[in-house]
Amino acid sequence: MTPQDQVVDIDALETEFQERIDAEKKIEPKDWMPEAYRRTLIRQISQHAHSEVVGQLPEGNWITRAPSLRRKAILLAKVQDEAGHGLYLYSAAETLGSSREQMVDDLHAGKAKYSSIFNYPTLSWADVPAIGWLVDGAAIVNQVALCRTSYGPYSRAMIRVCKEESFHARQGFEGMLALARGNEAQKKMCQDAINRYWWPALMMFGPSDADSPNSAQSMKWKIKRFSNDELRQKFVDQTVPQIEYLGMEVPDADCKWNEERGHYDIGEMPWEEFFAVIKGHGPCNHERLQARQKAHDEGNWVREAALAYQKKQADKKQSVA
Amino acid sequence: MSELTQQDALFTYTLRLADNALILGHRLSEWCGHGPFLEEDIGVINTALDLLGRCRMLYSYAGEVEGKGRDEDDLAYHRDEREFTNYLLMEQPKGDFAYTTIRQFYADVWNLHFYTELCNSKDETLAAIAKKVVKECRYHFRHNAEWVKRLGDGTEESIQRMNEAIAEASRFVNEMFEMDNVDQMMVDAGIGVDLNEVKAKWIASVDEVFAEATLQRPEPEYDRSGGRLGLHTEQLGFLLAEMQYVQRCHPGLQW
Ligand SMILES: [Fe+2]
Ligand SMILES: [Fe+2]
Ligand SMILES: [Fe+2]
Repeated sequence: MTPQDQVVDIDALETEFQERIDAEKKIEPKDWMPEAYRRTLIRQISQHAHSEVVGQLPEGNWITRAPSLRRKAILLAKVQDEAGHGLYLYSAAETLGSSREQMVDDLHAGKAKYSSIFNYPTLSWADVPAIGWLVDGAAIVNQVALCRTSYGPYSRAMIRVCKEESFHARQGFEGMLALARGNEAQKKMCQDAINRYWWPALMMFGPSDADSPNSAQSMKWKIKRFSNDELRQKFVDQTVPQIEYLGMEVPDADCKWNEERGHYDIGEMPWEEFFAVIKGHGPCNHERLQARQKAHDEGNWVREAALAYQKKQADKKQSVA
Repeated sequence: MSELTQQDALFTYTLRLADNALILGHRLSEWCGHGPFLEEDIGVINTALDLLGRCRMLYSYAGEVEGKGRDEDDLAYHRDEREFTNYLLMEQPKGDFAYTTIRQFYADVWNLHFYTELCNSKDETLAAIAKKVVKECRYHFRHNAEWVKRLGDGTEESIQRMNEAIAEASRFVNEMFEMDNVDQMMVDAGIGVDLNEVKAKWIASVDEVFAEATLQRPEPEYDRSGGRLGLHTEQLGFLLAEMQYVQRCHPGLQW
């Protein structure tokens, strides 16, 4: 094959690839794919994996202080699920030729991102159910769309993850409801958590479409299937009635039902804050990365010992054989 | 002092088991999100969840036996240090992963042999709880014995850390086999387990795993005890302060 033929071949492959995508066929690990598609997916899936792992921290902060044994058990199981999601997602990213070690190093080096929502502190018990309901709730809106994403392993991981996220969101809402039906102190806690988590949850959908540079290509490749603003609207529309049901207030004076659009309007989002958190200047960016790095560093000797032991066992087997 | 009734003894007996599960599970849950790697984060939480489930069954039953209307949360959140009856080993800070592994392994071996015997209890509820719990105990024992071997026969650093952890834990071991009048009454009634028998099995199992792990089990220079009388180390107060504070600040509410 001459180099000339190869160029032609790549064009043909790209066309064929796009045809498969357009025909709603899944791309599998062994299939040919454009380098940029692979890179985009590794970036997106590893970011998602990091979000699950870093996402253990804010809620994990309340495990030892949960107000009842039942809530403690629900919370522990939830945080465990998130660790499990991290695991499937790292595996999905590995099918694209990336290694978990590399991905984790990139996280610790500040090169890889994770969802900014986890850079907010959990300051009262109410933050735990608020996160389950709002954050997992927003994640579901994003991820239901990803269940049909073009890359097979990612799509399958999302189907599994979504089932568990829905369970988390329901439990979170149920926890909020207990507070909303409680005494004054509990109601205050509940409203305060909504006030602090409302905008950060809406920002989970990313910048508005006008400012979202990667979106068009991702839509064409069917990695992404709806725009950031469409997904955000969907979340707002489903969540505002839930806040009303709780008897709480939406912390946005401009939030109103728009009869004409058939959607809720919302006020101006605090974008300055959003970009500051993305840059690493949010309330907990520093602490979250530090905690992950510390766990990793303190685990070094454990991982080394496990490898050394495995090698010794293998050597023993060999000398017997 | 009034005489110990069988009902009192059963209450105390059940409560002690519950306290051990709660406090050990609490220490383990402190690893959540901070484990040495993701798979083991999940593993540690698994065990913590089992212990939490176990303490809930035991507290509920203790409350029922007591007959004063106390539920699991009253017993877990509204008692002070002096009323907690867990063994001192359970309340010690989590330390490094070597200490957590050794402490957990010691507890796993104790639990395995204890709950295996408790399956034969004449108290139907305790026997039923034990039958459920013993399955978890077998799993915890296998899982942790593997870690003892990996770390005990791993690198120079891991071996050193394991030896330090063993030395550190050793003074709390014998407390786990002390028999008092509550134990004796429960054994005599065919409800409880003879801890002398548990001790013999505990030593045999630990020594077997340690031999494979190339570790030594030292005889402690001296023993610490008192947990069952509420005479704890200074560590427990902080654990309870953290664990109980929301409930204590807002008592009597639904969460
Ligand atoms: Fe997620
Ligand atoms: Fe998740
Ligand atoms: Fe979740």
